[in-house]
Amino acid sequence: MKILVGIKRVVDYNVRVRVRSDGSGVETDGVKMSINPFDEIALEEALRIKEAGNAEEVIVASIGSNACEQQLRTGLAMGADRAIRVDHDGPLQPLSVAKAFLGLVEREEPGLVILGKQAIDDDNNQTGQMLAALWGRPQATFASKIVLDGGSATVTREVDAGLETITVDLPAVVTTDLRLNEPRFVKLPDIMKAKRKPLDVVPLADLGGEAGHDLAYGNFAPPPKRERGIMVEDTAALVAELKNRGLL
Amino acid sequence: MSKILIIAEHDGDTLNPGTAKAVSCAQAIGGDIDILVLGEDITEVATQAAAIDGVTTVHATSAAHLAAPLAANWAAEIAAAADGYSHVLAPSSTFGKDVLPRAAALLGVNMVSDIAAVDGERSFKRPVYAGNAIAEVSVPDGDTVVATARTASWPAAKEGGSATVNERPAASEDAGHTRYVGLESGGGDRPDLQTARIVLSGGRAFGSAENFEQLYTVADKLKAGVGASRAAVDAGYVPNDMQVGQTGKIIAPELYMAFGISGAIQHITGIKDAGTIVAVNKDADAPIFEIADIGLVADLFTVLPELEQQLG
Ligand SMILES: Cc1cc2nc3c(=O)[nH]c(=O)nc-3n(C[C@H](O)[C@H](O)[C@H](O)COP(=O)(O)OP(=O)(O)OC[C@H]3O[C@@H](n4cnc5c(N)ncnc54)[C@H](O)[C@@H]3O)c2cc1C
Repeated sequence: MKILVGIKRVVDYNVRVRVRSDGSGVETDGVKMSINPFDEIALEEALRIKEAGNAEEVIVASIGSNACEQQLRTGLAMGADRAIRVDHDGPLQPLSVAKAFLGLVEREEPGLVILGKQAIDDDNNQTGQMLAALWGRPQATFASKIVLDGGSATVTREVDAGLETITVDLPAVVTTDLRLNEPRFVKLPDIMKAKRKPLDVVPLADLGGEAGHDLAYGNFAPPPKRERGIMVEDTAALVAELKNRGLL
Repeated sequence: MSKILIIAEHDGDTLNPGTAKAVSCAQAIGGDIDILVLGEDITEVATQAAAIDGVTTVHATSAAHLAAPLAANWAAEIAAAADGYSHVLAPSSTFGKDVLPRAAALLGVNMVSDIAAVDGERSFKRPVYAGNAIAEVSVPDGDTVVATARTASWPAAKEGGSATVNERPAASEDAGHTRYVGLESGGGDRPDLQTARIVLSGGRAFGSAENFEQLYTVADKLKAGVGASRAAVDAGYVPNDMQVGQTGKIIAPELYMAFGISGAIQHITGIKDAGTIVAVNKDADAPIFEIADIGLVADLFTVLPELEQQLG
């Protein structure tokens, strides 16, 4: 079985994101970029499945310009066997991303597609579900545990009410939550080795192009700011202040 | 005029309050509001939905393959039911986030996640970058507006309605490839995090599940819900459904009290809409104090017993 993993290049989660003064988006110039943390977890899970003998090949794919080859190389250094960059400049909305991944799925015929549950830039949380819909296959979102059993996977999902378990027939789409695993660190020799692993470039048009129906994004604004309030001396003063404000 | 279909979230017996929040969002959009209740033997839930103020018709579809909210089955049913509607909404809970994008793709449209404000029938504001920016977004003419309503941004619509309940036969069949196994609930019978007036949260500083008991004791005195940081969940002190933040629950209680939580941006995202934020942390430089309305630099293991005592 092949596993296809999606990787998105995003502003690193440690960066304090600032809205551009002209409202056209957020400042990305000179900002550290990384693999979306949920995608790193997706790749780690795929590698563990392969290491457990349940998959033969792990493919990482990203849609973007040359720049995202940096993240694909990191994915290869983590242990992916090969990488595909779908060449496209500029942002792409979830329906188009799902359509492009459907194109990759038709070429590669993976038994499992693992994506992050959301990208920490757009915070959409849609692509995996959309891919599963277009593909007509099961989805298991927000996974915190995946157990493979022949032609199916039993997945524990983090939901508001607790932990839900479902069983899906393969092929299927799984999206990852944070507690699925802890991604490995890349070692220097692996970075060297990754340079020799194959990285193919496929134009987006070859996978059917954009899906259209884009939402129009307008102005970006900073969120309303919460101000630093007062400090109290001790528990008694805290209780008095809360009572004073009618909160207790 | 808009015709809005809201997908009810429920556990088979009780309507989730997120549904009434989505109704408020729909009221801000304006137009006719209907609710779709999917499940098996859902008469009771349909009755609860019909009692929400401002709803015209509740469509209730009962079928064995819809018993559990499996996205693979529900999305197909939703896409069929969406015919004739200009908008399809659901709460932005894990339920809405799972089911609705699949329905959007079946309808061939993009989707708006987490509507925080309504600017027009097809124009909205939504948070991006963990709430570090608020983006304006609009849906192209001709496309069904498929969206989730950010639950912390909308009050629950009031009760007092008397919508017609319409039994609607299922239009879909079992996808056959996805099976529900079960749900393991972590939380006890404390007030629900997303609706509690007061929420107390604990972080990594607690050091163990046993120490969290001290927080539960105080919370019970205040009839408060209990939340946690990701670090506390990851460390196994508390179950996952207690996590507050970007990847946990986004909440807006009147009073939020954080004990031993540093105030990482991913955590703050989850509490930005709280009325009053209290932080207790022994590090005076902890970032949470930058946004706290009331701060107390102290050891939580001293403060919690004192609170327990002083709250009588
Ligand atoms: C993609 C992504 C998503 C994330 N999503 C979330 C999310 O949804 N929710 C979330 O919470 N985090 C999330 N995080 C993690 C987040 O970045 C922080 O790591 C986490 O919130 C830290 O938890 P904490 O404040 O409990 O722990 P720490 O940051 O370790 O803080 C512990 C605090 O306790 C204080 N302390 C220690 N002992 C005491 C004592 N005895 N009395 C009083 N104070 C004491 C310390 O001074 C410190 O400030 C996410 C991270 C990533 C990368």
